[in-house]
Amino acid sequence: MAKPLRIGCGAGFSGDRLEPAVVLAERGGIDYLVLECLAERTIALAQLRKRRDPARGYDPMLERRIERLLPALQAHRFRLVTNMGAANPLAAADAIIGIARRHGISIRVAAITGDDVLAEIEPAARTLETHTPLAEFGELVSANAYLGVAALLPALESGADVIITGRVADPSLFVAPMAYRYGWALDDFDRLARGTSVGHLLECAGQLCGGYYAEPGPKEVPDMANLGFPYADVDPEGDATFGKVEGTGGRITLANAKEQLLYEVTDPFGYVTPDVIADFSKVTLRETGSNRVAVSGAHGRARPRELKVSVGYLAGYVGEGEIAYAGANAVARARLAGEIIRERIGRQFPDMRVDLIGATSMHGRSFDHAAHPYEVRLRVAARAKSAELAMIVGEEVEALYTNGPAGGGGSRKYVHEQIGIVSTLVDREQVTAKVTIKEYAANAKAA
Amino acid sequence: MPKLHELAHCRAGDKGNTSILSLIAYRAEDYPLLAAQVTIDAVARHLRGIVEGDIRRFELPALWALQFVCARSLSGGVTTSLALDAHGKSLSYALLEMEIPVS
Repeated sequence: MAKPLRIGCGAGFSGDRLEPAVVLAERGGIDYLVLECLAERTIALAQLRKRRDPARGYDPMLERRIERLLPALQAHRFRLVTNMGAANPLAAADAIIGIARRHGISIRVAAITGDDVLAEIEPAARTLETHTPLAEFGELVSANAYLGVAALLPALESGADVIITGRVADPSLFVAPMAYRYGWALDDFDRLARGTSVGHLLECAGQLCGGYYAEPGPKEVPDMANLGFPYADVDPEGDATFGKVEGTGGRITLANAKEQLLYEVTDPFGYVTPDVIADFSKVTLRETGSNRVAVSGAHGRARPRELKVSVGYLAGYVGEGEIAYAGANAVARARLAGEIIRERIGRQFPDMRVDLIGATSMHGRSFDHAAHPYEVRLRVAARAKSAELAMIVGEEVEALYTNGPAGGGGSRKYVHEQIGIVSTLVDREQVTAKVTIKEYAANAKAA
Repeated sequence: MPKLHELAHCRAGDKGNTSILSLIAYRAEDYPLLAAQVTIDAVARHLRGIVEGDIRRFELPALWALQFVCARSLSGGVTTSLALDAHGKSLSYALLEMEIPVS
């Protein structure tokens, strides 16, 4: 049997660790390395950066990741697929070419555009979340359709070493190389569904290897400081076996794979991507060796006619302030501090939240654990129309040092701009993906 | 009464204002108990004040798992929530606090 297609996942979110991808690139024997770096809000933030500087708007860690990966890319000739293009895949391609030129490494980069539909989106279109028109959400800053395998195939056919995209459904980043390598038809929904199950298991990188899983005692994971990232050996049917590079930390187990298969899936019987509606309910996972788990058995139905569009809007500002109390009556003093803040600025900030970190901040109550913690931290957060107003929240909490309950210490204050995200649908015919090739040849003078 | 934590593990995910809780038995023989006891009503009671919308439950015996899709559970949604844990990443461990009657 021919060597199966090996796809590694070198990043599961924009801020993910850098070196696990380098380990996969140098020692993973991979054919493709996928870096998934685009959360719901990331592209809206990137759009704001692009507004300030048309040469930006791609992932802020792109240069650091590419710098570290290019030498291995040259040595091992795998192909890189990533959505680090964010709001500006063309500028991202230019940045990659620039890095390659500095290193004297020949490279062909394919940038995929067409996901940005901000100019075409209908203000009257209703959101999937609240069924209200987009126009009610104030200033829209981004609208990106989720592209699928069909948008990536021409880039793979171009022979590019690096395929850089904006918004693409996460599993599609992985399914595209499978469909390309094995020649799957775009209406071969069972294979696409199996590939989607594989992509879905890989897309959060370390989360398949013990990250977001570990709990001392019942769920031990070794050497998490050196957590390895996973790869999948995918067969022509779309079934796969997962593994990680020898000597890396973490562990790939059945229990962990089950958690990741179901992660963020709102309907395990109908997981919708631009490529397929995948049924994960009959999926079989089995441990086939140490750090080896095999997946098979997903089924598919025809892909949806419409594409999901993620829309970002300016949602105002949030001001936060924190201060901590310890020892006798710590909770009572923190509560008193919160009451003082509410009395002073509650009317000015009707949308305010007061938390006791260490007691009730996460779930609003503590079930039966630790009703009397030794220390507790007051947190106040409130929404404001401007950054100046949001500042007041932290300032008021800080002023508790000399005006509040006894022993308040360690005050901190923050202001954040908020970007809200809602989604809507567009007909897939309205979205046209385009591939732009950029090249640098090390022997020639010009790119 | 034992807590769910002794029988099962859980991972929390998010989509907008929806929290998705994957509850998985450690042992196949405990799955029927989970399916019988961790009903939609029981979860709604246990997570009152957190889950404000409808709960859908999917049964996945092949994975020894129940999937709970909980609408309006993230204080308005990940991107605009005032909560410290806007994603509800920690809600998995809130579910595992549920007490399970065993015969």
